Amino acid sequence: MAQPMSRATRHVSLNEAMLFEKSSPGKRGMELPPLDVPAVDAGQALGAEFVRDPVEGFPEVSEIEVIRHFTRLSTWNYAIDLGMYPLGSCTMKYNPRVNEFVARLDGLASEHPLQPAELSQGCLRILRTLERILLEVTGMDAITLQPSAGAQGEYAGIAMIRACLASRGNPRKKVLMPDSAHGTNPATAATAGYEVVNIRSDASGRIDMSHLAEILSGDVAALMVTNPNTLGIFEHDIARAAELLHAHGALLYMDGANLNALAGVARPGDFGVDVMHMNLHKTFSTPHGGGGPGAGPVAVKKHLEPFLPIPVLVEKPDGKLAWDARRPQSIGRLRAFYGNFGVLVRALAYALAYGPGMVEATRDAVLNANYIRKKLEDVYELPYQQPCMHEVVFSDARQRKNGVNTMDIAKRLIDYGFHPYTTAFPLIVTGALMIEPTESESRQELDLFVEAMRSIAAEAAETPELVKTAPHSTRVGRLDEVTAARKPVLRWKPEAR
Amino acid sequence: MRYLPKSDAERRAILDELGLASIDELFASIPESCRLKRPLEVPGPLSEKEIIDYFRARAAENAAGYTSYLGAGVYNHLRSVVADSLLQRGEFLTSYTPYQAEISQGTLQAIFEFQTLMCQLTGQEVANASMYDGSTATAEAAMMAARLTGRRRLLISRALHPEYRQVVDTYAGDLGLEVAELAFDAKTGQTDPDAARAAINDATAAVVIQSPNFLGVLEAVPQFAGLAQGAGALLVVAIAEAVSLGAVRPPAEADIVAMEAQSLGLAPSFGGPFAGVIATREKYVRQMPGRLAGQTTDSQGRRGFVLTLATREQHIRREKATSNICTNQALCALAVTMHLALLGKQGLREMAGQNLAKTRYAVEELEKLPGVRRAFSGPYFNEVALEFPRSVRMINHELQRERILGPLPLGPFFPEQTKRGLLCVTELHSRQDIDRLAAATRRAFESLGVGARETVSSPAER
Repeated sequence: MAQPMSRATRHVSLNEAMLFEKSSPGKRGMELPPLDVPAVDAGQALGAEFVRDPVEGFPEVSEIEVIRHFTRLSTWNYAIDLGMYPLGSCTMKYNPRVNEFVARLDGLASEHPLQPAELSQGCLRILRTLERILLEVTGMDAITLQPSAGAQGEYAGIAMIRACLASRGNPRKKVLMPDSAHGTNPATAATAGYEVVNIRSDASGRIDMSHLAEILSGDVAALMVTNPNTLGIFEHDIARAAELLHAHGALLYMDGANLNALAGVARPGDFGVDVMHMNLHKTFSTPHGGGGPGAGPVAVKKHLEPFLPIPVLVEKPDGKLAWDARRPQSIGRLRAFYGNFGVLVRALAYALAYGPGMVEATRDAVLNANYIRKKLEDVYELPYQQPCMHEVVFSDARQRKNGVNTMDIAKRLIDYGFHPYTTAFPLIVTGALMIEPTESESRQELDLFVEAMRSIAAEAAETPELVKTAPHSTRVGRLDEVTAARKPVLRWKPEAR
Repeated sequence: MRYLPKSDAERRAILDELGLASIDELFASIPESCRLKRPLEVPGPLSEKEIIDYFRARAAENAAGYTSYLGAGVYNHLRSVVADSLLQRGEFLTSYTPYQAEISQGTLQAIFEFQTLMCQLTGQEVANASMYDGSTATAEAAMMAARLTGRRRLLISRALHPEYRQVVDTYAGDLGLEVAELAFDAKTGQTDPDAARAAINDATAAVVIQSPNFLGVLEAVPQFAGLAQGAGALLVVAIAEAVSLGAVRPPAEADIVAMEAQSLGLAPSFGGPFAGVIATREKYVRQMPGRLAGQTTDSQGRRGFVLTLATREQHIRREKATSNICTNQALCALAVTMHLALLGKQGLREMAGQNLAKTRYAVEELEKLPGVRRAFSGPYFNEVALEFPRSVRMINHELQRERILGPLPLGPFFPEQTKRGLLCVTELHSRQDIDRLAAATRRAFESLGVGARETVSSPAER
């Protein structure tokens, strides 16, 4: 059924049972050095009411079986290391290996967060250097590296806005956001106790400024905006939006998910942004790892600095770094300790590798997205015609006439050896195909992607069933998500005898 | 630049195809006034070797080479090189969240295995694919309890990790939840059940305790479950030291367990990245935050896995989601899964047993010194609050001269406890290490002028 392909070929992929199904009593994959102090009886040490039996159902497998188990599982995944990962708004760029190496160094990975500050100066210096670099890239005044991911950064940012407005007398009730916003934006505003109000996008895909002016009131705490937005378009009225908000006593929050389009080119701090988060697992190359860990630092202007989460890194007169937790106006603590330190180490390693040259990455990312736009605009509908920045959004309008939608095309892309692009987002484009190549793709890789997309467009016209039933080359076909949600099976259990 | 796979000639060729003279033209939509008109003033560029040298120099400014007895939410345990080498396979390291199930089955099956392991450890029915850490898991568990009960009051043990408590306060504050504190018994170190009995009422959403608690003492989970559930409230149990579950009865009676899985295979790494977990009863799953992998089948009946029950999550439900969490700690959860696969049923039990033995050996050795006694009588796992004849800060200052990081001073967290410190001993401390700690503490006492007959005012009962 599948067509001949230039990029991908099938190869044998090994089946692998669940860890628990490979288990048999008495095996183990790890041994401890022998106990060198007198053994104690757990029942006597803890008391009968506190002691447990060995963990029921826990796996018992040998070292080689563990190696093969996870190696086989790994071969079932797609990854950046295998090829282009064009997920829009996810910035799946190359994850440099030296970053992994330095994050594991003895003296960094081994350090305890509660050891004395005088014995943590190396860790603190790393954090300070990263803070300075991120402030220079964003043009902001102060920063926290504590948030564990973008969504927690958003939460910190909105909580700071709330605290700032409360200190001026009224925290207000509403947070505005464009209808093209990422799902975490409304979820964050709700978590921080705000009502969400959507702003329309105009014909060019940007915030409708007249709608913004219309709904601004004394009830509005902030506007959350992604810039460039999720259509890959720069909000060129951003400075005017900031002025408008400020005139109404509201603040401008920028979602920095798309900072990869701006680093070294334009700084949010220079166009009126009051607070922003950035996703270091996007722009600063820390590995996505199948869903995390990330890091979501939040940078603010001077007037929001008193509200930063505790603790704040400070430099003492003798040049030593220390944590300051006595900050009465702080929004409080977001998580235990100081953030995903190991992720922050990797981000700094990335920034140091480029230096001021990180603007070259930005330029290549935008160049790549526009190359794809140019090469595909005759076969896929382009709802917003202007040149894009780091990502391009098409729609499935032409293919839908043959019953083929964006998800079908995305799934068919798998057969060609690519990870799908982002489907059906942003919501303001019906049947969106959101493509972000990043700077990490060579011309050859881009051309293979273009060839695959063009070939699928032809298939959608000529043999739509082939596309609608894709993928055809994977270990499993499309999975039954409805049953998975209706009758959830969320853990392994032994077969009933 | 080595990370950029294009030559200038290739850039030129692409520009020609776009009909452009320069890449600058692609940035035309950014108004002049918004642009940065100078190069970034940042350090670099550095070659790979220079990067390694830079971080080695920073590492040398820390406490490498010290023997540490710090715990308090971050634990140093044996880890195998096997797990870390597997973890660095690019197919795990450089893959995205497994939304595209057909090419993410590896990550999905591993998450499903993680969820299973967490259920087995905690005695709960369902567990999620991870939260940021133990502290945010605790805050999310408290908010989940508020949603489930429709009530707005949280009763939180004073023996909950103080930083976890601060995180709960941050999140609860924005939602207008009321937080009240439950005292702990000065003698046992356990949360006072009488205080709980007096405070619980029909406005209580959750009682939040930690076991082992911040003072190292195990809590009577079934008793608090009875008290909370008797009043229509939920019991949330936080666990910061998950290795304890190799020996300690799991909190099966809890309604929600909020766990930090760091001690199961993750490096201390100056406080993160770690892996939080929420585990709960099946009937509460639709109010649980965070991703979930579920088992299903494809059109040919083959077993496969998908992310499921996404109608709880932000990308579907937007402002009505159970939480705003998106990116979690997937790779950390995978590291935990690998570590537990290696350690297995016997290994975990043996590790927990060694922690029990070594901690007790350390307590015996230190109690031979004048004025050193356990501060609390309640049962403990691998952390113990000790009473000293001088301030812990002063003693630690002496110990640091011998490259030992001594017990964590409790004074900053509990003002009445300046002469108390929290000592954590794991399987990684050899008998020789512990003997050296005892000898160094003895020398510290001598230089601080502690008399041989000095005793503490109120020794705990044994």
